[in-house]
Amino acid sequence: MTEILHMKDIYKEYQMGDEVSVVLKGINLKVEKGEFIAVLGPSGSGKSTLMNIIGCLDVPTSGEYLLSGRKIADQEEKILTHIRRKEIGFIFQSFYLLSRHTAVKNVELPLIYAGTDKKLRHELAAEMLKKVGLDDKINHLPRQLSGGQQQRVAIARAMINDPTILLADEPTGALDQKTGSQVMELFQQLNQEGRTIIMITHDENLARQAKRIVHILDGNIVEEAI
Amino acid sequence: MLKENLIMAWDNIKNSKMRSFLTSLGIVIGVSAVIALITIVQSATGEMMSQFESMGTNKISVSASGNVLKSGLTSTDLDNLSKIDNVSGVAPSVSLTGSAGKQGVLLDEVSIMGKNEKYFEVDNTEITQGRKLTAADMDGHTYTCVIDQDIQAGMFPNENPIRQTIKINGQGYEIAGVRDTESSSDVMAGFNASSTADGTVIIPYRNALALSGGSTYSSVDIYIADISLSEQTQANVEAVLDAAFNYKDNSYRIMDMSSIVETMNSMSTMLTALLAGIASIALVVGGIGIMNMMLVSVTERTKEIGLRKALGAEPLQIQALFIIEALTLSLIGGIIGIFLGLGISVITTALIGSTFAISWMAIAIGTGFSVAVGLIFGWTPAKKASNLKPIDALRTD
Ligand SMILES: Nc1ncnc2c1ncn2[C@@H]1O[C@H](COP(=O)(O)OP(=O)(O)OP(=O)(O)O)[C@@H](O)[C@H]1O
Ligand SMILES: [Mg+2]
Repeated sequence: MTEILHMKDIYKEYQMGDEVSVVLKGINLKVEKGEFIAVLGPSGSGKSTLMNIIGCLDVPTSGEYLLSGRKIADQEEKILTHIRRKEIGFIFQSFYLLSRHTAVKNVELPLIYAGTDKKLRHELAAEMLKKVGLDDKINHLPRQLSGGQQQRVAIARAMINDPTILLADEPTGALDQKTGSQVMELFQQLNQEGRTIIMITHDENLARQAKRIVHILDGNIVEEAI
Repeated sequence: MLKENLIMAWDNIKNSKMRSFLTSLGIVIGVSAVIALITIVQSATGEMMSQFESMGTNKISVSASGNVLKSGLTSTDLDNLSKIDNVSGVAPSVSLTGSAGKQGVLLDEVSIMGKNEKYFEVDNTEITQGRKLTAADMDGHTYTCVIDQDIQAGMFPNENPIRQTIKINGQGYEIAGVRDTESSSDVMAGFNASSTADGTVIIPYRNALALSGGSTYSSVDIYIADISLSEQTQANVEAVLDAAFNYKDNSYRIMDMSSIVETMNSMSTMLTALLAGIASIALVVGGIGIMNMMLVSVTERTKEIGLRKALGAEPLQIQALFIIEALTLSLIGGIIGIFLGLGISVITTALIGSTFAISWMAIAIGTGFSVAVGLIFGWTPAKKASNLKPIDALRTD
């Protein structure tokens, strides 16, 4: 199995005036290709902080982080951007679709920044929306879609660049149970096709649907395999 | 990418039409004010200039009042003047009032002007019948004349005046030609003509001098071949005149059109710059409006910026998005302003009775200004947006 993510003794500290608050306290984590991991922990335990570091939106205060064998440190924002484009597909709790763009335009967005030409972009985005079961909704605006449909658009958008890791922070947090489990089914399907998924949640039941659960408690990892 | 940014910018502008309109209004007002002021000033002064220029930038007019020892310029002086380098000709002018008559008709208030062939060469008053006076008429013993249409109407209402003889102050002159009364380009001649009720007759200058009883010329136009050397030529003319009047001060005055035109030119440039400067204050105010709107927009769209960055937008691409939006706003304002400004200019020039001349410089300045305003005032908000950290941007609500 290929190792795609390796964290060694990761610390994240925030300076708050005179006080330093240590949010991540020596995280060690290895993720291999094709895994479906749930990061489970109570509110304030540092899940989102960890996700930001995995997603290269932020860098650790100390420790070593390797993503696809490449060391992520205090690089220039531009370089981090290029890494994100290639490696990470983000899915957020509150979808973050651009409200004035149609579903297909939203899915195209990462391709615009990757420099894909217009026609191909549209084709790929439409195809991806079909994959998440929204082929009849490609020209709908976000407000014309249900919450579950919006999150599926967001998943299609996260998948469009064929990322190494699909990174989801509370992907069903804003959804009811039924649509939530539809989203989970989609994750299962994507994982079966070989996609590596890291999902953050504080819901034990959701976490159980993953292949592996990583407990995070007060900035430390307690691993538990299923 | 540029096209994408343009489309996105246009989307945003369209989605807040009222706000975009109000923001652009400052630029519209600024640009139209600049365009209108420049165009109006240039149209007005341009017309004045062409009037002055038609009076001749290629000539130096000398008015020699003389002194106690010498009352004016002699024929020898005229010869000396015409021998100066770069002088293409010298045209003395003698004017007096007298009478013109023929059998049964006497006009007793006629303006009599003495001119030479050079005058007719450069003068572009239309000859309606017959011919101009030429060098052959100038020997001092040839009695030919050119009358104007007023005299023709007064003395030959129903017959051809050419080759007829009229008596000017008692001396018989054969009429060689008739010229238009109105279209004289020589303003002075126009004055002279209108000051006498009966019209103007032009006779060879020597004859006129004899008629006036004088022996010297007090008014001479000196024509310059190459205008670019006019300063040097004028200095030479002054040297000859100084010598002619034995270096006595105040014996003559020189009126040089090109220096008047030059002064007027620099005055109009200054006026244009001053007015455009005042008008561009409106542009700065408009620019601040754009900056304000862009800053609000960046704050409102912080989440969007964070998302775009998370999805792979580089800082420069975010900056481009906002700068292009600012540029689009200011350019739209600029284009509307140009048309509005030109419209105002057309109406104003019509009202003040000068001809409208489209000023490409004004349009270039208007466009340039609006682009500059967009860039300068869009820069800070765009930079602010591009510097937002994606995590911070995503966290705000
Ligand atoms: N930029 C920051 N500056 C200071 N402290 C921060 C910052 N970001 C996060 N923290 C702190 O780090 C801790 C962990 O935050 P984090 O968002 O990672 O928690 P979480 O596990 O995602 O919680 P939740 O389940 O509520 O989303 C919190 O105590 C928070 O106050
Ligand atoms: Mg969180």
